Amino acid sequence: MSNPFGNRTSDLLDISGLTVALPLGGRHRTVLSDVSLRVGAGEAVGLVGESGSGKSMTARSIVRLLPAGAHTEGSIRLGGADVAALRGPALRDLRRRVPMVFQDPRAHINPVRTIGDFLTEALRAHSRTPRRAGQERAVRMLEEVGVADGRRRLRQYPHELSGGLLQRVMIAAALLTEPHLLLADEPTTALDVTTQAEVMAILDELRRERGLAMLFITHDLELAAAVCDRTAVMYAGRVMEVRASDLLHQHPLHPYTAALTAARPCLDRRAERLVTTAGRPLSAFEAPDGCPFATRCAHVRQRCHDTRPGLRPLAGGQVACVRAEELHQERAVPHE
Amino acid sequence: MTAVAALLGRGRRSALGALGTTAAAVIVAAVVLAVLGPALSPADPDASDFANAYAPPGPAHPLGFDGQGRDLLARLLTGARTSLLGPLWVVALSMTAGTVIAIVAAWRGGWLDSVVSAALDVVFAFPGVLLAMLVAAVFGPGLSAAVLALSVAYVPYIARLLRSAALAERRKPYVQALEVQGAGSVAICLRHLVPNLMPLIAAQATLFFGYAMVDLAIVSYFGLGVRPPAADWGVMVAGGQSGVLQGYPAESLLAGGCIVVLVVAFNVLGERLSDDSGQSGTSGPSRWWRPGRGGTA
Amino acid sequence: MAAYLMRRALMLAATLLVSSFVVFAGLSLAPGNPLATLSGGRSLPPESVAVLVQRYHLNEPFLVQYVTWLGNAVRGDLGVSIILRQDVSDLISSRSGTTIALILYAALIVLVGGVALGLLAALRPGIVDAIVVMSTALVVAVPPFVAAIVLIGVFAVRLRWLPALGNGTGLWEGMRHLTLPALALAAAATAAVARVTRTTVRQEMGREHVQTAISRGLPYPAVVRRHALRNAAVPISTLAGMTVASMIALAAVVERAFSLNGLGAYLVSAALSKDFAVVQGISLVLVTAFVLVNTLVDVGAALLDPRIKLGGRA
Repeated sequence: MSNPFGNRTSDLLDISGLTVALPLGGRHRTVLSDVSLRVGAGEAVGLVGESGSGKSMTARSIVRLLPAGAHTEGSIRLGGADVAALRGPALRDLRRRVPMVFQDPRAHINPVRTIGDFLTEALRAHSRTPRRAGQERAVRMLEEVGVADGRRRLRQYPHELSGGLLQRVMIAAALLTEPHLLLADEPTTALDVTTQAEVMAILDELRRERGLAMLFITHDLELAAAVCDRTAVMYAGRVMEVRASDLLHQHPLHPYTAALTAARPCLDRRAERLVTTAGRPLSAFEAPDGCPFATRCAHVRQRCHDTRPGLRPLAGGQVACVRAEELHQERAVPHE
Repeated sequence: MTAVAALLGRGRRSALGALGTTAAAVIVAAVVLAVLGPALSPADPDASDFANAYAPPGPAHPLGFDGQGRDLLARLLTGARTSLLGPLWVVALSMTAGTVIAIVAAWRGGWLDSVVSAALDVVFAFPGVLLAMLVAAVFGPGLSAAVLALSVAYVPYIARLLRSAALAERRKPYVQALEVQGAGSVAICLRHLVPNLMPLIAAQATLFFGYAMVDLAIVSYFGLGVRPPAADWGVMVAGGQSGVLQGYPAESLLAGGCIVVLVVAFNVLGERLSDDSGQSGTSGPSRWWRPGRGGTA
Repeated sequence: MAAYLMRRALMLAATLLVSSFVVFAGLSLAPGNPLATLSGGRSLPPESVAVLVQRYHLNEPFLVQYVTWLGNAVRGDLGVSIILRQDVSDLISSRSGTTIALILYAALIVLVGGVALGLLAALRPGIVDAIVVMSTALVVAVPPFVAAIVLIGVFAVRLRWLPALGNGTGLWEGMRHLTLPALALAAAATAAVARVTRTTVRQEMGREHVQTAISRGLPYPAVVRRHALRNAAVPISTLAGMTVASMIALAAVVERAFSLNGLGAYLVSAALSKDFAVVQGISLVLVTAFVLVNTLVDVGAALLDPRIKLGGRA
């Protein structure tokens, strides 16, 4: 079987058939359903979806950061090793190699410890780097992420830094441990607009320089298209479509992707009003038996309710929609 | 009986949970026993017969006798009355004074509030038991002196807590609407502010009842509160101590047990009520001493 | 920082002034004349009366009396015990060692035992947690005199492991004699600290920054110590400090129960025998210690949390 996911042969991350159920309200509820995704070495993959679609949960599964009592099925392989089998030091080593940049740095950095503590503690815990050497490296790394006056910053506390600076600190901390794969969970969502662009540019640049693979989680399809080689769209705990970012963004195959593209306000297209998708996004455990998007889809047919579509190869990527070919043909002929 | 009535009233209306209901039941039972005590008593609590000293329980005397040959059940039942009435007075006095101070300070605001808050911060510093000892030294031992001393010592804690709640309530739009409509200050405070603070007041009254019970028992244990030979749980713990050393711990343990059970009940119920009143700051791990400190709130 | 400490020092001074006034004012509030209160109702020879009138400036206005008394107190002169005819300061200093040792011992138990139990419950959900939660809910309501009775009954009378009464001589015997009293004094406070530790550590373990620490591959003990426990340190140490402060007054209870020759027990017997100069002196010392410890706790909490701005506080 040929590899329909991409043209890389050496996959750094290989998630296949990942299903996760969390204990909620006394019973286990599915939050991820049959998620399959690959990230090659040095590749940036975007993971796009609305809140609750399971993008963060996917990232957390990779480093086994799920809430207690979570049930997991399927496999996650990182550099060939089965993540589920890792214990103790091996698991900690994995986590060090796959750092996570979180959405809200204010909440995710310990408020009562200094920036210096935060930057160097992982170094000191793992490689027993002496304090001084760790601080030297931290200062150099701060410079790389555009934080000047690093020596002073190391002595400061998180509440003395702006959100943008704090997120740069978080990125610096992630890069300090010489990672293989960066998990970026909406790293710019909590920042204001001008800072967003700066932080994104730094993240993108440093990643490319290092040839670092990245799983980039965002709800912004356009942003994903700008920084990622490929993009996966998630809905209700499932992957709906995976394709090269520009293709996916410009010629969406799945009606849900198309709806996401249309929902974004655009400067070069005058619109009477913003296009919205009726209904609210569903969680995996609320989704109906057939296609989870069927209840909100503009192109719905009876068979959408009857069978749940799996990911199928189409047009250089994968899509989970029974009418994908049909709609693909239709879209080729513009008709609005 | 305002505090008890208030907390019983709340108890019926809100879901206290199994634990809270049990606690309320324990308290009600204790109150009933205290009221009916003398009638239920199997013997005269003060009749002493040294032939019966430390005599074990028998059919007519289910708990046996103390070191002076007095019936223990009779003394426990009689003691329940003073052991509950004392804290009731403390709570009634300190809650009333604390509430008035809190509402006046919160309502008038400005310099009056600043002065009251600063004064409360400073007065905060006196541990209740210590004040009670001082007062006992001046006025002589007695329950009323101890009750008064503890009431005074509790006021700052209660007033500080209620002041911030009253301040929050005062800033609510409905109060301002009433003011705009020309309602009088006293009327707004009595008809709206106090009823809205009532859940919090009831919760605090319950918690402080437990504290007062322990503190009064301590003062009586010192011999500075209720005077022997009067029956009181604190006095009984002290009186039974020589028995403990001789291997007859019944009197001290029974009286101490009664205090602990009731304090647990008041703690549990008070915490439930303060969870209900939405003052999460006052709930949390129970403690039977007051947070005696000025400064950072 | 300096401004904050200055503020606290001013508050401390004001509190101490008010407390000392309360302690002194008791004398003039007393029914009958101050002379009777000072003498505890005993009839004194005229020369003793003259000494008292001169000492307390009884023929001068009240405020003058207070200022003189306070001035003497600050210089370490707390008057003379009517009963023992000794300097109150000497009586206090000869007894304070026991009380200080008792409180330090109890504070150690509270901190070590409370934090350990709380951590255990926080990190071991299930049966361990349930046992700690239930036993602490009970123990937290056990006043020190009941704890004392139970400890004497079990460990001194039944098991004969430790002595029930008295001070004991020498370091080892002294420690042995102080163990049960310290446990009685610490019991409820230990339970309270355990409960707060459990709640706050559990809260902190659920926080995002702890997730970050785990996601970075820090070893579990380091996550608990450097993040959960460190961040819970403010509420834990605040409560622990408050309980230690409350022990200053409650030490009297266990000193009475265990017949220890400490300040608190002496205060009680002085109150019973109306030895007013002694009551005033010890009250002043205890209140001062209480206020000092509370201030230290506040300042310590402020130092532990970098987010509290030390400059200005509303």
